[in-house]
Amino acid sequence: MISEDDVRYVAKLARLRIEQDEAARMTGELASILAHIDKMSELDLADVPPTAHVLDVVNVTREDRERPSLPRDEALRNAPAVSDDCFRVPRMS
Amino acid sequence: MTGLDPLRLTARDAKRLLVDGEVSSAELTKVYLDQIAAVESKVRAYILVTTDNAAKYSTKVDREMQAMRGPLAGLPIAVKDNMVTEGVTTTCASRILHNYQPVYTATAVRQVWEDHVVMLGKTNLDEFAMGSSTENSAYQVTANPWDLSTVPGGSSGGSAAAVAAGEALWALGSDTGGSIRQPASLCGIVGLKPTYGAVSRYGLIAFASSLDQIGPLTRSVYDCALLLQHIVGRDPRDATSVDLPEPVALPSAERLDGLRVGVPAEYLSVGIEAGVRARFDETLARVEELGGTCVEISLPHTEYALPAYYIIAPAEASANLARFDGVRYGYRCADPEDLTDLYERTRGEGFGPEVKRRIMIGTYALSAGYYDAYYGRAQRVRTMVRRDFDAAFAGVDLIAAPTTPTVAFKAGSRTADPLAMYMSDICTIPANLAGLPAMSIPCGLSDGLPVGFQLIGPAFSENRMLEAAHALEQAIGFETAPTFRDTSTGSAAGWNPGGITYRPEDAQS
Repeated sequence: MISEDDVRYVAKLARLRIEQDEAARMTGELASILAHIDKMSELDLADVPPTAHVLDVVNVTREDRERPSLPRDEALRNAPAVSDDCFRVPRMS
Repeated sequence: MTGLDPLRLTARDAKRLLVDGEVSSAELTKVYLDQIAAVESKVRAYILVTTDNAAKYSTKVDREMQAMRGPLAGLPIAVKDNMVTEGVTTTCASRILHNYQPVYTATAVRQVWEDHVVMLGKTNLDEFAMGSSTENSAYQVTANPWDLSTVPGGSSGGSAAAVAAGEALWALGSDTGGSIRQPASLCGIVGLKPTYGAVSRYGLIAFASSLDQIGPLTRSVYDCALLLQHIVGRDPRDATSVDLPEPVALPSAERLDGLRVGVPAEYLSVGIEAGVRARFDETLARVEELGGTCVEISLPHTEYALPAYYIIAPAEASANLARFDGVRYGYRCADPEDLTDLYERTRGEGFGPEVKRRIMIGTYALSAGYYDAYYGRAQRVRTMVRRDFDAAFAGVDLIAAPTTPTVAFKAGSRTADPLAMYMSDICTIPANLAGLPAMSIPCGLSDGLPVGFQLIGPAFSENRMLEAAHALEQAIGFETAPTFRDTSTGSAAGWNPGGITYRPEDAQS
């Protein structure tokens, strides 16, 4: 059973600020969703391989050829803050 | 030329009128812009209508008709706002991308642009395509034109409502767990999810990369094939895209002689509404009248598909949405104390409740100690779902099922219970897990609301599926148009999840 502390811990992992009342509400919602998901444990899947990709394509490579990349000013165009041709962020602490 | 009815005109007929010179692209485009002006305040299908661009570009197509001749030239289209479009704001219906100006264009959109289609605008969706009712948009709630108090389905609800309301000739949507087929069903139009890999995902803002596919929403099966023809194919920018073994053909079948259609018992035991079941059974009878045979089949792991999906899709989403961090584009919180505060508050303020919920489920399922119990298990269930389909297709050519258990439901009626909302996709999710092509066509009304009939085929059987759908469409003769009635009883009318709070910037070049 997922607890409110679990919810806070997962939110931290996901870099998601959630408010006090949000954490409480989310605990209930996630608990009911996870209870439904636990239905999967009825199945014996020990000998079943996982499916990560549905098509039989492997090792798709492209030609190793130089192509122009996104120009710097284009890449920076949507940035909330820029300085010296770089994305600007606040200090790490 | 006037007198064109946007509620009934197909792309096939519009194209013929254009080629014959009976209507210009500018006139045709104006039919849709006028309809948008007339009904958009009720339907709210578009996040952004690119009126000026559409008017200018259609005039240019008319002027340069010789150079711009092509199978789609001059036909107007609507595009779901989770496909990036250079120079046109792309929001994904999220506050976190309220001001995002893409510097490139999604391959599927670029392909139709190169065919000189005229883009009418960007349509509403559930934020990041997460939802089944288009109520999770940060900007507006789209109404179903068949009954304005009901939802259009989702997540491509804006695209489906726009086509149904005559605000677009046709539209592009995307389908991760039913997001093309379910709204097509609820809005009484045709919607197709191609085989995984058939259409490039480059420039489709990623939700669940192993499930997402772009596809058409149209007024007829022929139109659906026509649009599909122009978006398929291998794209070097999407390593999972492939060329189809045969080109998409324009369907013409009137009969279903020799076609074996499997009807999975499990899909009919999930609480299918009586009216939906009645239309479904009538359509099966038509299959037989047209020379096909219907046989009961079993897809025994169907009940495990929904739980597996609600691990796999959120797990992939939690990884894909890590890029929205307030550094390179989009919303940034005010006055962050430090980098961690910037990340956490930007995401906490920028994402809506359903997106947060799925990021949380996905992060939880992938976290240390839970991976095997959730993600590992879901991937194995996915194998079982695929095996069910493989076994079934040894004996039948196509599978038929209702697209969704109910007709359009009232706005606000499922928002308090995420699990009830997830159940809307119980009949559509298995095809995504198995990567199979599937489509929905309208098969009649129940209580005045459209019912969808779903066909699912083996991988790359789009042509077989489109031919069968065409024959059925002719036999069903669904020609009713929505009435824009409003049966709301008060509080549900104009219901809005969090109040319309943020408008995306209207900037476009």
